[in-house]
Amino acid sequence: MKKELIQLAAADGISGFEYSLTDAVKKLMAPYCDTVEADTMGNVVGYIPSDNPDAKSVMLEAHIDGIGLMVSGISEDGFLSFVPVGGVDSAVLPGAEVRVYGTEPLYGIIGMKPPHLQTGSRDAAVPIDQMVIDIGLSGEDVRKKVKVGDMVCFAESVKALSGKVLSGKSFDDRAGLISLLLCLKELKGKKLPFHLYIVAAVQEEVGLRGATMVSERLAPDCAFVVDVCHGDTPDGGSESIFKLGSGAVVSFGPNIHPYLSSLAKTVAKEEKIKVSYDADGGDTGTDAWAVQVAGLGIPVLLLSIPLRYMHTTVETLHFDDVKAVGSLLCAMLLNLDLEALRCTFQN
Amino acid sequence: MYLSELTALPGVSGNENAVRTYIKKRIEPFCDRIDIDSMGNMMCFKKGTGNTRKTLMLCAHMDEVGLIVSRITEEGFLKFKTVGSIDPRVLVSKRVLVGEEGLPGVIGRKAIHLLSPDERKKAPKVKELYVDFGAKNKKEAEKQVSVGDYIVFDSEYHEFGDGLVKAKALDDRVGCGALLELAKESCAWDVCFAFTVQEETGLRGARLCARRVQPDLAVVLEGTTCSDIPGTDHNMVSTKLGGGAAISFVDGTTSFNRKLVAWLYQLGQENQIPVQYKQTATGGNDAGIIHVSAGGILVASISVPARYIHSPSSVISLRDYESVKALTKALMQEVEYADNIEKIM
Amino acid sequence: MLTILKKLCETSAASGNEEAVAKLIAEEIRPYVDEVYTDALGNLIAHKKGTSKKLMFAAHMDEIGLVATCYGEKGQVYVAALGGVSPQTALYQRVRFSGGAEGVLVPDGKLDELGKNLSLQKMYVDLGAKNEEEAKTKVALGETGVFGGSFVVQDDCIISKALDNRAGCAALIYGLQKAENNVNDVYGVFTVSEELGLRGAKAAAVGIQPDYAVALDVTPTGDVSSTNKRAVALGEGVAVKIMDRSFIAHPIIKDRMVELCEKHSLAHQLEVLEMGGTDAGAIHLTCGGVPSGCISVPVRYVHTPGEMISARDLQGAGELAKLLIEEGIE
Repeated sequence: MKKELIQLAAADGISGFEYSLTDAVKKLMAPYCDTVEADTMGNVVGYIPSDNPDAKSVMLEAHIDGIGLMVSGISEDGFLSFVPVGGVDSAVLPGAEVRVYGTEPLYGIIGMKPPHLQTGSRDAAVPIDQMVIDIGLSGEDVRKKVKVGDMVCFAESVKALSGKVLSGKSFDDRAGLISLLLCLKELKGKKLPFHLYIVAAVQEEVGLRGATMVSERLAPDCAFVVDVCHGDTPDGGSESIFKLGSGAVVSFGPNIHPYLSSLAKTVAKEEKIKVSYDADGGDTGTDAWAVQVAGLGIPVLLLSIPLRYMHTTVETLHFDDVKAVGSLLCAMLLNLDLEALRCTFQN
Repeated sequence: MYLSELTALPGVSGNENAVRTYIKKRIEPFCDRIDIDSMGNMMCFKKGTGNTRKTLMLCAHMDEVGLIVSRITEEGFLKFKTVGSIDPRVLVSKRVLVGEEGLPGVIGRKAIHLLSPDERKKAPKVKELYVDFGAKNKKEAEKQVSVGDYIVFDSEYHEFGDGLVKAKALDDRVGCGALLELAKESCAWDVCFAFTVQEETGLRGARLCARRVQPDLAVVLEGTTCSDIPGTDHNMVSTKLGGGAAISFVDGTTSFNRKLVAWLYQLGQENQIPVQYKQTATGGNDAGIIHVSAGGILVASISVPARYIHSPSSVISLRDYESVKALTKALMQEVEYADNIEKIM
Repeated sequence: MLTILKKLCETSAASGNEEAVAKLIAEEIRPYVDEVYTDALGNLIAHKKGTSKKLMFAAHMDEIGLVATCYGEKGQVYVAALGGVSPQTALYQRVRFSGGAEGVLVPDGKLDELGKNLSLQKMYVDLGAKNEEEAKTKVALGETGVFGGSFVVQDDCIISKALDNRAGCAALIYGLQKAENNVNDVYGVFTVSEELGLRGAKAAAVGIQPDYAVALDVTPTGDVSSTNKRAVALGEGVAVKIMDRSFIAHPIIKDRMVELCEKHSLAHQLEVLEMGGTDAGAIHLTCGGVPSGCISVPVRYVHTPGEMISARDLQGAGELAKLLIEEGIE
């Protein structure tokens, strides 16, 4: 699955333009699912039915969109102005290499005025609207190939660092999808007493939009969302920060159904899966926030993979953590009692 | 009295169990059916005495603001995050109860002598605070407390002054208490007494009730801001303590139907129930999410003014609490004269 | 279209109090549609029955404004904002309340001292009332007010208050009136409380359960400001939205809109907005996901009494709405 992660994370597909990934995601899910379909918004849904047609259903979800840029204007001489799609840190942009999806993918560089010509303090961050994308063509040629609204992706591949540490763009949250697949792989051949939906959701980075739509439509009885959380760095402090290689992170708090978080704790202990615990006072900032209140309400658990340098072109993770989330998910599904879940508040 | 018992219960958003259990036991004899959903919202249905099959949903939220344990330090202190909107300046040196067992603890910060002159001027950040419940170290602490445990303010119900009450969680146990008493009243319409969860984390629970019940009219009973203390600009007082049931015409999440607002105000005046308008457009409550749910729902909000809201020591006037109950009761009696409501719609 | 636009702009409809505009629109469109009704929030819904999928249009009727919250002893009327009211822009503007009273929004204290901290909290409406008692007879608490700004047509240029979003309303009215047939089951929805957070559209969408949705709204241009590089310019045609903060247009809708513009030689421009949102943002998240788009009328100086649009762009927006109704989305 490491190979699949490397390919998937390097693939281009920003929020709203995930259709460039649809086929690849479908192919990854196909070996484990009875059916795999993309809905009209681009959410890919794999389905593994239970033998009992009247069974309840459970959803496993990760989002597949990455952050990126969009062309917002073309200057007389062919430089492209752009806006961020999702939470882009403008500090990583100067000098970044990109692919502009015009009539064909075009290589480009993000440029700004050289330091010698800048007025004002160099301590200040360069605002996004003072940068341009340079694709090296004349104004006339640019206008033939590029239009306002075209997608721009970071041209960055995945590199292996020391040990099992990988670095690349879009691990947030393609690594989450790989965890789901690892879970399915481990589950293969085992029967579950509920239908299973595997969802690769769109448009998380622009406001949890895919999850809002797809979870209302599928209306599962329970959901597991996998996303990334912050990995340890020398400058990151210690609140809600987790060591790379320390395993899966289980969330607690109002966003999370208490039956599910406590099940995670029990199962992790029994199966000796490495986990840490985190708590949020409300919004977890993930699809779990949207899933919880979709339709008539869906009990949800959030599992996270520690990730350094989130929302940059060099997001960094430990592959064992991706595996730990997959194993925990699998063990939880095998121990999940939907009736007990339903009765949690019926005292 | 319900209010003194209700405010004593822990019910931080996401952990409303104690409040729900208390209410369920007491409301059951007056209701035909009780539904509890996957988030913990409790909807108690009472058949109407009239012929019309219309539904009135009366709402109060069970949850209160509080804290949640996010990390246990090597020394055995509890780092926490806030649940709901809390001004960190009210936290320093407050007593709290930790976890299901309600272990007593205090919110600590280094003593004033150890603060630099700069630090003294600045408001403390939540990140700098911690709960000390006396544990020797992490290992000892972990025997009693886990990440994800809820922490609630430790503050007693206390009557004082001219009919005033000080307690924690008056927002919105006043609503819960009022609904409990109103469940004994009859109404021509079917009534759903909806006790919602997680209002304080962003009106999370009420939307599920709205979608499930799809009422013809919803009324949210709340504890609302009251800033009638010195130093407040005349136009930012919002409500007056002792001024009666506060009716909202607009707030940060809802622009209320004007005819309905006027009718409620008039209803109060006709029945000699003190009423006032909530005179600011800020804040918000479950009405905000209810009125845009299920294709649009007619909604009103009636509140008990509460000073020092979202702190361990909120203050209300019992007379206002009575006014809110009386106005809502009047509404339950008058709602059957359908032309009132139909004219509004 | 300018006749109805003028009437629409000169009618007051602060967010939450849209009845006057709704009444005007209902009269305009009733002969052209199968039914017109209002929902619990006040959204005005015009239904043109069709056999194919449900296509919902949404144009919001409300404009930014004020609500009276409190009186002062000297007859001041204190107010709060309804929607994105900038205190700097609002200063010394005329305010017209729904009951008919007029006044001026003035600072409560010395302007120099308020300086950058100027907020509506530190302002009030002066009605010329002698005292609190007199003020009470003129304006009731909870009464809404809108800002002044007369309607002027100067060649291709239209200047008025409330072009956000009476321009969108006018374009949708035009589309509903001029369309000679319709493929889709068409719902033309004139929504409430958009300026307060897309509230009306959200409820209306759940009520209607559309398969597709198209909002009609204004979009700020980048043609006169030196500080932003927005490509949209006044007079260059109707804008087809690609993205704003509230949603990303679905290819089914935006491609269809571009296709129709090209087929009928309708001047159009593509729009990427780094801020703001429209009713489409609320609608597309409902009903398990509704592919949505937005027809935009470029506007300068949005949310001021001097909003400015091009009559040609507005005509283009109306034509595009008409074409979408006639030729449909499959």
